[in-house]
Amino acid sequence: MSVTLTGPAVSPHADSAGLRTAFAVATGVSLLPFALALAGHPVGSGWTAFAIAFVPFVVFAMLYIWATYRDTHPGIKNDDITRGHFTGRRTAGVLLGVVLTGLYTVLYFQGEWLQPVFALTDPLSQLLRDRPADQWFLYGFLYTLAVLIMGARMFWRYRHNRYQLFRTASVMFFQLGFAFLLPAFLLAMQQPEFYFTYFWPLKPDYLYPSYWAWLWQQPGGVGAFMLMFGVAASFVLTPILTFYFGKRWYCSWVCGCGGLAETAGDPFRHLSSKKYAAWRFERWSIHSVLVIITALTIWLWVGEGEAVQTGKKWYGYAVGMVLSGIVGVGFYPLLGSRVWCRFFCPMAAILGIGQRFFSRFRITTNGDQCMACGNCSAYCEMGIDVRAYAMQGKNIVRASCVGCGICSAVCPRGVLKLENGKTYADRYDGAQNPLATLLRSLKNP
Amino acid sequence: MFGRKTGGRHVVIIGNGIAGVTTARAVRARDKKCRITLISGESLHFFSRPALMYIYMGHLTERNTRPFEEWFWKKTRIERLQAWVKFIDVDAKRVDFAGDTASLTYDQLVIATGSKPNKFGWPGQDLERVQGMCTLQDLANLEAISDDIEHGVIVGGGLIGVELAEMLHSRGKRVTMLAREKNYWDNALPEAEAALVGRVIRKGGIDLRLATELDRIEDDGEGRACAVHTKDGERLPCQFVGLTAGVSPNLSALEGSKIPTGRGVLCDFSLRTQVPDVYAAGDCVEFVTPEGERNVVEQLWYTGEMHGEVLGRVMCGEEAVYDRGIWFNSAKFLDLEWHTYGEVPPAGRETPDHQMLLWQPDDADLAFRLVLKQGRLVGVNSMGIRYRHKVCERWIADGLGAEQVLERLPEGNFDPEFYRRYEPAIVRAFREQLR
Ligand SMILES: Cc1cc2nc3c(=O)[nH]c(=O)nc-3n(C[C@H](O)[C@H](O)[C@H](O)COP(=O)(O)OP(=O)(O)OC[C@H]3O[C@@H](n4cnc5c(N)ncnc54)[C@H](O)[C@@H]3O)c2cc1C
Ligand code: SF4
Repeated sequence: MSVTLTGPAVSPHADSAGLRTAFAVATGVSLLPFALALAGHPVGSGWTAFAIAFVPFVVFAMLYIWATYRDTHPGIKNDDITRGHFTGRRTAGVLLGVVLTGLYTVLYFQGEWLQPVFALTDPLSQLLRDRPADQWFLYGFLYTLAVLIMGARMFWRYRHNRYQLFRTASVMFFQLGFAFLLPAFLLAMQQPEFYFTYFWPLKPDYLYPSYWAWLWQQPGGVGAFMLMFGVAASFVLTPILTFYFGKRWYCSWVCGCGGLAETAGDPFRHLSSKKYAAWRFERWSIHSVLVIITALTIWLWVGEGEAVQTGKKWYGYAVGMVLSGIVGVGFYPLLGSRVWCRFFCPMAAILGIGQRFFSRFRITTNGDQCMACGNCSAYCEMGIDVRAYAMQGKNIVRASCVGCGICSAVCPRGVLKLENGKTYADRYDGAQNPLATLLRSLKNP
Repeated sequence: MFGRKTGGRHVVIIGNGIAGVTTARAVRARDKKCRITLISGESLHFFSRPALMYIYMGHLTERNTRPFEEWFWKKTRIERLQAWVKFIDVDAKRVDFAGDTASLTYDQLVIATGSKPNKFGWPGQDLERVQGMCTLQDLANLEAISDDIEHGVIVGGGLIGVELAEMLHSRGKRVTMLAREKNYWDNALPEAEAALVGRVIRKGGIDLRLATELDRIEDDGEGRACAVHTKDGERLPCQFVGLTAGVSPNLSALEGSKIPTGRGVLCDFSLRTQVPDVYAAGDCVEFVTPEGERNVVEQLWYTGEMHGEVLGRVMCGEEAVYDRGIWFNSAKFLDLEWHTYGEVPPAGRETPDHQMLLWQPDDADLAFRLVLKQGRLVGVNSMGIRYRHKVCERWIADGLGAEQVLERLPEGNFDPEFYRRYEPAIVRAFREQLR
């Protein structure tokens, strides 16, 4: 007669799974006040309406995240991502993409439709900016909220990885402080709304003559300071920091677009295309946008008339709205979190040229330890085939790398490390002579 | 021999794993003209076998595990064929297939057929729901019955065993792991590290039973496994049994052929078999060592790749001899990473010559070990801290003394930026131990 013996009675995740479902449903239900407001029946008014609209949503979303990670051991937690409803390019993901692109389209082109919703944020806008809310305030508020909530998720998810913790804290800080509170505060102080974390050419206005003229006229010298900061940021700060740290100092530590991608976009990072064809397209598209905005900026300084103004307007529509917003964020669940950054952002193009040819940054490979599993490539939001380099034991020095560090985090064999070397010259064959290498790469890309 | 100019020869490679693919690429790099055919019954596509677990856990798609896109095969003109080899006629230089795939003739043949899971004649080992975890087919079988599994029992405490345990656990299954050893995998790890891994596995929610052996697998009356009986007389009801008690060379393609085999395909250190124009590489190779020593079988991704590189040169007329160099390996046990370099004697196999320095904090799942022989560094073992392969290799090759290594230790650290650095504590502990 043999003994019957059973192990722990419940499967390890059972209770968390129940909690997660409950909180997911509650988060969904918390969207009700927005629907009611849109339907013309806002719940309460003033701060009450604000609290009813946002507090339950934030609380339940945070509880959902807590339930997701509460009984996990610190480490990489990518279970079920390729099959997830939202993360596996399934129906829910496609619907989310449709909703996001729809919201961006409304925001840019029919913002007044959102009046009942931005009215909910009115008390906050009054408090921070001393003026009523508009769709842009609502947008900035939701954007910041997304970065903060999903940033908290990053804290739980990567609690074993200090690089991720520091980097996430940094993007949360810059989004909240420099992209949300400070511009609002400037408005309240009757000063120009200025974003100290956006530079030309990502924010092309900063080098437009008309914007300069306007800044220059601002009383008290604040505008003049902003003008000079904008120039210095693009032409002094950017090259120096990129030389020492690579493009990551901006793209995954400071930038707001990057901040959203690194927090709200994290569940979708694996959806970026790793195909060589995508890389070829990327090199054309991103540098084209850079050439266009450079030409347009110069044209604005030297030329006058209707044509150049039309050019400026169309650049604003096509790049500022369609590519960075509608496609850039709306396509998260379809093409990954960095569509804008990878294919179109002219700032990323400049930083990328710096990183590729004039920087000490590289990702090093740990000898021959790679076993080609593909985690690094799959989770690269910029679609770099990291594995192709790792298999050969080569350093990864790519213009597009934003230094998020996730390849290094997910590698089960500890093969990858982001590093700032002591020199730029030892990174790859030809690195000693960056100008010649740059010219050669232009001749045969 | 075949040189660059001969051209036209047909290189047939059985097995499209890392060994076969590396061989094909190495031949192509030296010979632009020859025809290369890469055969596998398992899949048309080259994929990373160690990544199988990530497909099941939903970290990766099957496509993610393929290192090369389709254009790569066109560009390198490596032809691929999905079929099972049934017979090799070395006199006619011909390969026959199961089914109606037409036979192929070759000028040079490479056997790179990998390995298959060990079975030790346990009663019930061929029942349904009993399987290894080595192939895409194994993965598909497991996927097909996954919904019915509530409790899985894994027999064998090696690397694949812990991976299979993690896989099942990730889907919320209860997992019991039976290992013969006193400590987890202590025939490869020193005692402290083996004990640490055991603790990590248990903490991860897996019921690890050490010093426990499988007696038989019980049939539910319909040809399916329903319970495992251990030699201690325990009965563990389950819906799945994973057999992960090691692997051995897969020689199914060689049945009835004149290619000499032992445990594996017998080869010299240039990967030549005892039949002209027939070579082998990867997991299926058994190196015939000079008298006295036990023949070597290596079943690693890394060694398969190195075999392929040497063999490609040999097949193109170069003098090349396989040399494993300074040993290295790595793995991950749930969330604990392991790197090892050089010679680290497993539990019970230290000699009086070995001096072992071990650092193990009380409050974290970490361990760092240096092994010295006659005062010179011969091995590094690191759990939970990443260490640089090439740096450790150089220290070992240069035979650094203990103090020299301790001075250089921070150079070896490969953890991401901002991680806590343990080197000061390690150096302090080791200086103490050296005194
Ligand atoms: C789950 C798992 C995890 C692993 N993890 C690691 C790890 O972390 N690190 C590490 O170093 N190693 C690891 N390994 C071992 C590593 O995967 C192998 O050493 C390596 O894949 C061997 O490569 P190979 O080319 O010799 O053979 P394989 O990759 O096994 O390829 C052999 C191919 O030949 C085909 N074949 C065999 N017989 C025939 C026939 N008659 N006709 C047609 N085709 C045939 C097979 O179908 C197979 O596709 C792991 C193995 C497994 C199973
Ligand atoms: S994740 Fe690590 S082991 Fe896997 S392919 Fe990338 S570098 Fe290699």
